[in-house]
Amino acid sequence: MQRSGAEIVVRCLQEEGVEFVFGYPGGAVLEIYDAIFKQSHFKHVLVRHEQAAVHAADGYSRSSHKVGVALVTSGPGATNAVTGIATAYMDSIPMVVLSGQVSTPAIGLDAFQEVDMVGITRPCVKHNFLVKDVKDLAVTIKKAFYIAQSGRPGPVVVDIPKDVTQQLTEFDYPAEMAIRSYVPVKRGHPGQIRKAVALLKEARRPLVYIGGGAVQGNAENEVRALVDGLGLPCTNTLMGLGAYPGSGDKCLGMLGMHGTYEANMAMQYCDVLIAVGARFDDRVISIPSHFLSQPKKIIHIDVDPSSIAKRVKVDVPIVGDAKHVLHDMLDLIGQSGARPAPDGLAGWWQQIDKWRSYNSLLYKPSDELIKPQFVVQQLHKVTGGDAFVTSDVGQHQMWAAQYYGFNEPRRWINSGGLGTMGFGLPAAMGVQLANPGATVACITGEASIQMNIQELSTCKQYHIPVKIVTLNNRYLGMVRQWQEFFYGNRYSESYMDALPDFVKLAEAYGHVGMRIERPADVEPALREAFAQKERLVFMDFITDQSENVFPMVQNGKGLDQMDLPAHMSDIQQAPLENNRDYGNMC
Amino acid sequence: MRHILSILLENEAGALSRVVGLFSARAYNIDSLTVATTEDSTLSRMTIVTHGSDDVVEQITKQLNKLIEVVKVIDLNESEHIEREMMLIKVRATGKDREEMKRMADIFRGRIIDVTEKTYTIELTGTSDKLNAFIEAIDRAVILETVRTGASGIGRGERVLKI
Ligand SMILES: Cc1ncc(C[n+]2csc(CCOP(=O)(O)OP(=O)(O)O)c2C)c(N)n1
Repeated sequence: MQRSGAEIVVRCLQEEGVEFVFGYPGGAVLEIYDAIFKQSHFKHVLVRHEQAAVHAADGYSRSSHKVGVALVTSGPGATNAVTGIATAYMDSIPMVVLSGQVSTPAIGLDAFQEVDMVGITRPCVKHNFLVKDVKDLAVTIKKAFYIAQSGRPGPVVVDIPKDVTQQLTEFDYPAEMAIRSYVPVKRGHPGQIRKAVALLKEARRPLVYIGGGAVQGNAENEVRALVDGLGLPCTNTLMGLGAYPGSGDKCLGMLGMHGTYEANMAMQYCDVLIAVGARFDDRVISIPSHFLSQPKKIIHIDVDPSSIAKRVKVDVPIVGDAKHVLHDMLDLIGQSGARPAPDGLAGWWQQIDKWRSYNSLLYKPSDELIKPQFVVQQLHKVTGGDAFVTSDVGQHQMWAAQYYGFNEPRRWINSGGLGTMGFGLPAAMGVQLANPGATVACITGEASIQMNIQELSTCKQYHIPVKIVTLNNRYLGMVRQWQEFFYGNRYSESYMDALPDFVKLAEAYGHVGMRIERPADVEPALREAFAQKERLVFMDFITDQSENVFPMVQNGKGLDQMDLPAHMSDIQQAPLENNRDYGNMC
Repeated sequence: MRHILSILLENEAGALSRVVGLFSARAYNIDSLTVATTEDSTLSRMTIVTHGSDDVVEQITKQLNKLIEVVKVIDLNESEHIEREMMLIKVRATGKDREEMKRMADIFRGRIIDVTEKTYTIELTGTSDKLNAFIEAIDRAVILETVRTGASGIGRGERVLKI
């Protein structure tokens, strides 16, 4: 039976088991929308801006490990989607974005709403396609889903001209997909795994450094078995939070620019580092030369060979899926009984406990002003530490990462790589739809929330009861912090004047709004909000404007040269010319 | 250091722009690039001459391999290889230059493939260094136009880059 391209698109999505398509219609995709109207296999969620469609598909994917799907029209619909696509690309999120395109005869003629989507998105997708013939449509969509979720995951764009959606052909969806030029590696090389285990055995100051690859690769059980089985200290990156439980005593917390003192010191002074799905990026290790100035051996497990030896040369590269590689490593450890010498490890833990005892996340509580950190801690308490938490970008994001204490993977949903303000609310919609009945909070700032606030309307339409926790400091807080540190307190354009009344705004959209101005009201307000399971509640917490995020590794400094909170001011930091002598660190 | 990379890739629309886009996006250098289909019309063979530290070239190779349409990449520098580039060079050939140009073309084993009263067009094949040497050897003032293909490379001996 002959079917139109539009029907084929819908059938392909059905074959892939897609539950939700986040999208927005327009001329080039009207045929597809008509086919959507006639089907009942998946639900279409009408967002209010295409960027939000992509973020929602992203949040859906991050919290469910399924492929997110977004559908946008040509031209402005497609360009609006680009920020969302780049966000997903930087964090390796499996996603298929279908974009409409002008009809094939019109391509290249500057037609109405024509934009070279394949060209525009090329640098921020895992792959993209322009479908020029309806006969290629089904196989292209199959390829898109296959590429998006295999190897190092990522977004794939399929650009579909309008005439292709109208032409007829037989529908035949391939059951399997193989691409000769694309064969992702799963298992690690056994020889490399042996070398890694041998190195681990020699370690006296080992550290496991867990990144987003452990979350995206579903390697949490293996990570936990390694850390707990050998009693190793570990640290999670911003993207790796929850892969190892934040509350576990082996966990030193997050590392990097706003990492804990103990995590950053351990990272600098370890002698054997096992990196699992992490990429030594600038916000984590700062300057590679300083990081390597303390001699250490590095084992690097990553599914993407180009992540290995990109910023830091490593001793044992292992290309493979984190789950499989760790599984094989654990097998070998089990058989051989290899483990680091107990005396070395004990001494290392002593040192770490000393670092830990300073409590680098301590902040000064207040009875008058709401401390943003306090709100996050109370949120943890009220939600039992078990909520899905999305965030935007800025200070609130860092406080959420530092203070919520994620114990499970895929609970912490944030734009780590691209740092996209406006991500939080639409991502939360996707999370809530993927996890009906779950508690979903969006920790945001009064600036970030306004970048996609129109999605309050989508939440109303689809009864998405997320809870918005705005840490309202009346500043572009993170910008203000940098201006305070590096630009002599010249707060150039970092102040948000003329803020809306968020309570009224939430009410105007049909939701519940709350303004909280006193510390004593924080917990009761959260309880009241989370008790309203069926409602979206917008909580506007008026917070201390002057609070900064600590610790902080400034650009150009090393991990052991942090700016520390006031109570740690007398701690000796490594001098800029790094002191290579480990002896006095212990 | 100069590296010569050989790339086998799917002969698909857009594959070339992905390769070129990768170089510009990551600030890698392209000194020359040649591409054409192979005996198998579904595959193209590309030769890229680039320069950079070993670390950078390792990253270039990895990033190229990451492109979905790239089947294989080898760095020809890593073993014995042959490279050839072709140049078409139009020179002024009047007066005493006419004899001199003929003589230089012979010395460099070039061929004169087009002749007018005032010009010769010389075809020259060899390593890029040889073509550079020719340009150095003749008087700059007689050069009217140069067209170079960029280097193509292939491994020596029985080693082959195939699917
Ligand atoms: C789309 C976008 N534009 C600009 C930035 C730069 N930026 C990073 S944090 C920040 C301030 C965010 O302010 P707010 O949302 O109020 O959060 P706060 O830092 O105050 O917690 C800005 C402007 C960004 N990350 N994303």
